[in-house]
Amino acid sequence: MPDDSMTAQKADSTGNQRPEGEVMLTVAGLKTYFSTRQGVIPAVDDISLEVRRGKILGLVGESGCGKSITALSILRLVPSPPGKIIAGRVVLDGKNLLELTEKEMGHIRGNEISMIFQEPMTSLNPVYTVGKQVMEALILHQKLSKAQAREKALAMFNLVGIPEPEKRIDVYPHQLSGGLRQRVMIAMALSCRPKLLIADEPTTALDVTVQAQILRLMKELQEELNSAIILITHDLGVVAEICDDVNVMYAGRIVEHADVYELFDRALHPYTAGLLKSLPKMYQENERLYNIVGMVPNLLQLPKGCRFHPRCESARAICREAEPALFETGGSHLVRCWKYKG
Amino acid sequence: MEPKADMPSGPPGVPARKEKEPVTESFWRELLYSIKQNRSASLGGIGLLLFVAAAIFAPYISPHDPYLVNLNAQFHRPSPEYPLGTDMYGRDILSRIIHGSRISLVIGLVPTAISMAIGTILGLLAGFYGGRTDSAIMRSADIVMAFPSLLLAMVVMYTLGASLLNIFIALSLVGWAGIARVVRAQTLSLKEKEFIEAARAIGVKNRVVIARHLFPNCVPSLLVLFTLGIPGAILSEASLSFLGVGAQPPTPSWGLMVSTGKEFLSVAPWVAITPGIAILLVVLAFNFLGDGLRDALDPYMKH
Amino acid sequence: MGRFVLNRLLGSVPILLGVILIIFVLLNVVPGDPVALMMAEHIDPDVVARVRAEMHLDDPLYVRFGRFVWDALHGDFGVSYKMNRPVATLLMDAFPNTLLLAVAAALFSWLVGIPAGILSVVKKNSFPDYFSMGFALLGVSMPVFWAGLLMQYIFAFQLGWLPVSGFNSPLCLIMPAVVLGWSSAGMIARLTRSSLLEVMGNDYIRTARAKGLTAVSVLVNHALKNSFLPVVTVMAIQVASLLSGAVITETIFSIPGIGRIAVNAIQARDMPLLQASVIFTTLLVIIGNLAADIMYSILDPRIKSK
Ligand SMILES: Nc1ncnc2c1ncn2[C@@H]1O[C@H](COP(=O)(O)OP(=O)(O)OP(=O)(O)O)[C@@H](O)[C@H]1O
Ligand SMILES: [Mg+2]
Repeated sequence: MPDDSMTAQKADSTGNQRPEGEVMLTVAGLKTYFSTRQGVIPAVDDISLEVRRGKILGLVGESGCGKSITALSILRLVPSPPGKIIAGRVVLDGKNLLELTEKEMGHIRGNEISMIFQEPMTSLNPVYTVGKQVMEALILHQKLSKAQAREKALAMFNLVGIPEPEKRIDVYPHQLSGGLRQRVMIAMALSCRPKLLIADEPTTALDVTVQAQILRLMKELQEELNSAIILITHDLGVVAEICDDVNVMYAGRIVEHADVYELFDRALHPYTAGLLKSLPKMYQENERLYNIVGMVPNLLQLPKGCRFHPRCESARAICREAEPALFETGGSHLVRCWKYKG
Repeated sequence: MEPKADMPSGPPGVPARKEKEPVTESFWRELLYSIKQNRSASLGGIGLLLFVAAAIFAPYISPHDPYLVNLNAQFHRPSPEYPLGTDMYGRDILSRIIHGSRISLVIGLVPTAISMAIGTILGLLAGFYGGRTDSAIMRSADIVMAFPSLLLAMVVMYTLGASLLNIFIALSLVGWAGIARVVRAQTLSLKEKEFIEAARAIGVKNRVVIARHLFPNCVPSLLVLFTLGIPGAILSEASLSFLGVGAQPPTPSWGLMVSTGKEFLSVAPWVAITPGIAILLVVLAFNFLGDGLRDALDPYMKH
Repeated sequence: MGRFVLNRLLGSVPILLGVILIIFVLLNVVPGDPVALMMAEHIDPDVVARVRAEMHLDDPLYVRFGRFVWDALHGDFGVSYKMNRPVATLLMDAFPNTLLLAVAAALFSWLVGIPAGILSVVKKNSFPDYFSMGFALLGVSMPVFWAGLLMQYIFAFQLGWLPVSGFNSPLCLIMPAVVLGWSSAGMIARLTRSSLLEVMGNDYIRTARAKGLTAVSVLVNHALKNSFLPVVTVMAIQVASLLSGAVITETIFSIPGIGRIAVNAIQARDMPLLQASVIFTTLLVIIGNLAADIMYSILDPRIKSK
């Protein structure tokens, strides 16, 4: 299949039928810094990751570790100023997105890579109907007429399980519940059948029952459309349920990478282990929940050595002196911890 | 480097801008600091200090007597002897402008302060008590706000007669409504806050709640309104005097000076133009300072 | 929508009544005998008494107020003391001139203010931004009468491009409209800028960008409409400030409008004329506020459904 996904005629099938598991997006050495009055914040500090076709990659970590900024960097939507991508490559099917012009980037956004944002309540424009906002992307990328776009938007509303789509398509965002708004966002994101969907904590702002529905929906749609997903979350339970690979982030860095079975079987990094231990377990109701001691470090005053060592139970002398690299520990399991050097 | 144990909690990474607490002692220090940081605000501040100094020391720094008529010196162009020239009576314009700063300063401060006081009290009452008090006060404010303010002031001046003192009254009567609206809105949102509810719950008297809790939280907004209200009052006085319903000759009011100079615009433009520049500079200075204050106080005003 | 308009319309009635009451009281408690003023020289006390009775000046204030409102509802605002013509006719003759001036000034303020505000956001922190904002700040800080005289001096006396004053050719309208519109333009530019900047920080702007829209298209299609909400509020205030400013502008440029009538009426102590011109002007402001409210509800769907 020719790689002509840049042309306007992008059919629904392009790209998505290539062999599953092949790497389609590579992020290498990505650094996104914020210059603020207090100093430079390395929000994303030398991140590398790979997304495979038809797979779901989980990106987990505590609040503020740089997950959203990583996602926004891929789409080049980091608020600037103060943010700036200062190094790295983001390669989608052979193209380095960081070198594209703004216009070329416009063909990527919403078309080849879509994003669902963390804040469903505020991510829709209050002065336009939700239908118009979904149709906008269709008219832009697929060159549909208004009527066609409306048809397609209705179909998407059906697909994402919005009841009474004919009615809902003409309402304003404030007339919908949070769960429905997030479904609208998903419909919007998937309407052009992107190769890659970035879902930034798509369910955190919603209540638990809705959370499960939305996740199931995303998984179904991903299988149906054979797209890839980067799922950002700090909920390891969600990761276990639907992800194929996992990257664990800490203070702007990736500290562990593994496939999902490996990670839950054999978490190597003390931070990952801590996260796993703090998951509530079904049969241990009366046991106190584990908590990783200490707090997320201030990115303006990062500790010397391993960024995690002040909170690490097994920190050694070397951990206070030098920062470990990402060491390979067999297979594709990578971990940034001195314990696993060599 | 060990991270400090008492690191601020909340958003990780960098302590984000949080909602500020009500006015404390450090408030004024912080405020002064952020004004110094802001270039246009400090420029405005310096301009204002000069303005105030000119008003205070007017008799000592003006080169001539502002009222002295000298028919041998009519319409002198600006020269070393008369730096800004003379008017049709041969009076020194610079001296008149320097003395006029006293009028503008007082006109800027007093009516604005009076209308702020009225507006604040009414706004607090309306917001705190609600109900009939609220609607009576706010409907009156609506009515006052419906007038084009200059016309209302003109009518008041018509009734009371044209004089400087009456301008005080006219401007105070016109200005309170806008203040009352802002203060009421703030009071309403503050009333929902826990610390107010707590104070009321433990039986603190209404008067005390208003004076100790609600009012201090309105101070930042009032400060901005005050700073931006002064140039409005100065411009109003100038306009009224220009129209002949304000200060009367031979008072060196800047607006009146422009008005008398306008007859001679083609032969002696400086007579009308220079007092206008004085007005412009003072108003600009207040606006610079006010904008800077608003930026600096923004976190205090979001309730 | 219809109900919303009706509600707002009804809400304006008490305000208008309050306005009339305030003006009436202020002007009718004024010391001095208007009849004596009219007759100036030869005052025969009998004649004065007769005229006073004819004008019902001896009735209690509330009776006179009632009669005034009743007559006003019938389009009768009394007779000018000085001009001896019905006030309503005088105002209707002057109104088109004021309207023309105000509309020209409003157009100027929108055509200059809104683009200047947008430009300063698009070119934030560069020369166009500083220039637009300097222009705006000057507009809100300049005394209107001084700006008028300065322009007269430059464009009429020095360059001879435009007529000094008068109201007999379209050229005559240029200076007054610019002078009057400048401060509104400044307000609008500053507000457009700050509100656009605020809107651009919203999550839904990021969503629109993530859809693949270009920066300009996002600004035009998604940000502008939202940022207009506060600008519309200013347009309402603008009516009041334009009509206030018209008083001065008309005086400087000798435009026979309502503002100049009001100023002349004060100087001539012509009470009925002053009274009617102020009430009429305030009525225009109230109508302007109403129009702004309605526009607001059209722009923001959240208001309509409340
Ligand atoms: N606009 C900004 N200005 C300055 N710093 C920023 C800005 N946005 C993000 N940051 C910094 O980047 C860091 C990473 O932010 P990011 O939003 O990626 O965190 P996150 O992992 O998505 O957290 P969460 O789980 O809360 O969404 C933050 O700690 C913050 O210090
Ligand atoms: Mg995030």
